[in-house]
Amino acid sequence: MNIIGKSVIRKEAPDKVTGKARYTDDFSSAGIYHARLVTSPFAHALIKSIDTREAEKVSGVRAILTGEGLPLTGEEITDRPPLAQGKVRHHGEAVCLVVAEKLDKAALAASLIKVDYEPLSAVNSPSQAYQAGAPLVHEHVEHYKRGQNVYPEPGTNIAHKTKIRKGDLSRGIGESAVFVEGRYSFGPSDHAAIETRSCTAEIRADGDVLITSSSQAPFMIKKLIGSYFDIEAGKIIVKTPLVGGAYGGKASVQWEFLAFIASRAVGGKRVKLRYMREEDILTAPCHIGLDATIRLGCTSEGILKSAEILYLFDGGAYADKSPDLCRAGAVDCTGPYHIEHIWCDSYCLYTNHPYPAPFRGFAHSEVLFAFERTMDLLAKKLGMDPLELRFKNAILPGHTTPTQVLVNKSNVGDVRGCIQRLKDIMEEEWEPNAGHDPRKVRAAGIACVWKNSTIDTNASSGVILTFNPDGSVNLMSGVVEIGTGTKTILAQMLAEKLRLPVEMIHVKMTVDTQTTPEHWKTVASRGTLMGGRAVMAAAEDAIRQIKEIASCALRVREEDLDIDSGRVFVKAEPEIGLSFKEVVYGYTYPNGNAIGGQIIGRGSYILRNMTNIDKETGAGRPGPEWAVGAQAVQVEFDTRDCTYRILKAISVVDIGRVLNERAARGQVMGAMSMGLSFAGRETFYFDEMGRVLNFQLRTYRPIRYGEQPKYVVEFVNTPHVEAPFGARGAGEHGLLGMPAALANALSIAAGVEMIHLPLIPELIWRTLQEGKR
Amino acid sequence: MPETNKKVLILSVNDEDKDIVFRPADTLLGVLRGKLGLTGAKPGCLNGDCGACTVLVDGIPMKSCIMLAIEAEGHKVTTIEGLINTKTQASFIKHFAFQCGYCTPGFIMVCHSLAEKQPHADKAVIKEWMQSNICRCTSYQEIEEAVASILAEE
Ligand code: FES
Ligand code: FES
Repeated sequence: MNIIGKSVIRKEAPDKVTGKARYTDDFSSAGIYHARLVTSPFAHALIKSIDTREAEKVSGVRAILTGEGLPLTGEEITDRPPLAQGKVRHHGEAVCLVVAEKLDKAALAASLIKVDYEPLSAVNSPSQAYQAGAPLVHEHVEHYKRGQNVYPEPGTNIAHKTKIRKGDLSRGIGESAVFVEGRYSFGPSDHAAIETRSCTAEIRADGDVLITSSSQAPFMIKKLIGSYFDIEAGKIIVKTPLVGGAYGGKASVQWEFLAFIASRAVGGKRVKLRYMREEDILTAPCHIGLDATIRLGCTSEGILKSAEILYLFDGGAYADKSPDLCRAGAVDCTGPYHIEHIWCDSYCLYTNHPYPAPFRGFAHSEVLFAFERTMDLLAKKLGMDPLELRFKNAILPGHTTPTQVLVNKSNVGDVRGCIQRLKDIMEEEWEPNAGHDPRKVRAAGIACVWKNSTIDTNASSGVILTFNPDGSVNLMSGVVEIGTGTKTILAQMLAEKLRLPVEMIHVKMTVDTQTTPEHWKTVASRGTLMGGRAVMAAAEDAIRQIKEIASCALRVREEDLDIDSGRVFVKAEPEIGLSFKEVVYGYTYPNGNAIGGQIIGRGSYILRNMTNIDKETGAGRPGPEWAVGAQAVQVEFDTRDCTYRILKAISVVDIGRVLNERAARGQVMGAMSMGLSFAGRETFYFDEMGRVLNFQLRTYRPIRYGEQPKYVVEFVNTPHVEAPFGARGAGEHGLLGMPAALANALSIAAGVEMIHLPLIPELIWRTLQEGKR
Repeated sequence: MPETNKKVLILSVNDEDKDIVFRPADTLLGVLRGKLGLTGAKPGCLNGDCGACTVLVDGIPMKSCIMLAIEAEGHKVTTIEGLINTKTQASFIKHFAFQCGYCTPGFIMVCHSLAEKQPHADKAVIKEWMQSNICRCTSYQEIEEAVASILAEE
């Protein structure tokens, strides 16, 4: 068939260029109510009083809610009231919710609510949170319910700690001759999906709860609303139509709780809550910040022997997913290298910052920024080419990862192959000469990357296939179409397996938790592996049924049958056969007797042999495979004013197998763009009280058109044996090395070590000035 | 508190005249989405920063979130729903110039207008036009290719 690898146009493309594609906020209904938030202007404050009297007088206001009596929420630690209770812990935290017949009335009423605060001193960085005597963001973590593998430390701001102990650090240090140490930090930033988070909720007379949300995790919404509000899971129905960008930020459940309690407060009427951009940035979860210290030791030949690592993640005001991010950062705490002796403490700290959601790469671009910068320090000290240092130390089959998983050809991609290919491309693409301008300097920085997923050990995915009378197939999967094109990729897999043209596969875009089989969460680049395996299983199930019916009708053995192009036929005599049309709704004999019935294929997949990691050593198998890559960024730096242009950005990713060439490139390039934007431009600027100063897209400014470099993307293909067609997840890898590679390039160009993000000219200038002092 | 006075307005949208009951404070985006069900123009920031709400007013791209509906009276408004089989749309599909598609109607409107108004635009002019919008999914290289192919055809 050969549909795999083809640049099949995404199924929903025509809808997306005509305005017909519908996202959560595009669905409306007559009489729907609207909810608006009142949020905290302070990062840390006691709520003295809330006066809603003026707001209540606004016509059309139906309910005004505050936090009293609401259950605590939070995935890893249940520490977060949906609306603040007695205290606010971050700027933008939701305090009150107004429900009104009209949006403008809700907004008017919200503006009339008077909240009296008593500001407290704020914890403004994870390093500050870590210090003894820091103000406590949560006074009593010990009272919170928490997940099994989360270890908060009462009396401190430590929400969680993950330890990695591999080998024997003192031995590693003893075997080392050359050492470097680096300290790095960057603050939280944002996903800034163009679609702000949005949700509608309704409670039917029979108690059924209907939620529509722009989410990566509709099944998690169902589970969490059920458990926090004590509702049977079967009575909660969550729908997710197309999602307007997510990048991890919509994998957290938050705005849905608010929409639900809003509806509950007005007798179950349908209520819509759409975050304003300011709320999307401040109130909804953000992208995590990190303070890191890394000490590396190697032999005089440059063989890495020891890594001593301290990661302090900015867990923000509430834990939610940050203990998991802290764990994922620890699991892959080094780059993709063979290091026998690793000691890593990774902390998740409460601060008075907006709290983090997952962000594309799930803590990997963050720790890789620190680690890959340190690799460059080491290369410099050794007088060795940075690519060569990485090539020498690349992780290979037979080595073990930081969590002591034995590496084979399948579970880790080909790091050396990527480095080799990157080197070639850099030679082809590299324009070292900046021309006649003596002010301009050109330089290239590199980084190697890897990532495994750290998701629930029992995460699963299911697929249902139904056939249409014309022999075409409907594909239903719980994977959410967030822009990655995964549903089209699944259709390609199915087409390949069923040997049908891809046009004969109809994909159900909207996820509906009542009728769509579950896909744990659309995160971690695991849609192709998990959704894909479920598709393959469902296809096999359907094929078996087709053959079963055909074998009866044709009076042949099932083993003698084959399928192709919408027919089932006898292998040895292909002219003897039936079209799918004659089989998929049951076969009817000439005399009217019938057998079979509509064919419904089903398949599911659950991750295999995953383990929780050990509390003391970190040993364990956190995910199915590491995809790897090597990346480079080339800059032209102006030595006079410290401005720079990014000329080229290169990624070589071991993708296992390319399933859809253009879509794969698009994923990698889009991720690279996001990585460069994060590295070069994006951060929250906090004042000394922990308030965010830039909470609009005017002042929080992602890359815009014309600021992009030339992107070069190439693939290496080392199959992941368990995955359909050997494909590895590729939605995130483009991002992972961009911060480190850009910082490495600018450190060379400016002649000073860049240790913070984002890399704006002012920061480079300041770093140079400090160096002169 | 008293109800704000509602008014009636006639808007020309996608070559059809529409009678609309509206509040003077309603934005064009609010009216298009809320009153006419034309949800192709998207809210992204309601502050003129992202371009997701872009429509054409007399053929010129406008951010409909920062234009009052009443200001559009007497002008021709075109939304993404008014574009049928244009080469801009085809080119965005061909060049994989979108992923989630949320920014896409806005980008297509800008691009469509650019091709009409300045078919010989150079790189600097293209950049000036396209910088009004944000795409968070693509790398912009795909959009650049799409734009280039439309302008090259002129
Ligand atoms: S919504 Fe109008 S510019 Fe962002
Ligand atoms: S395609 Fe998602 S924001 Fe542009």
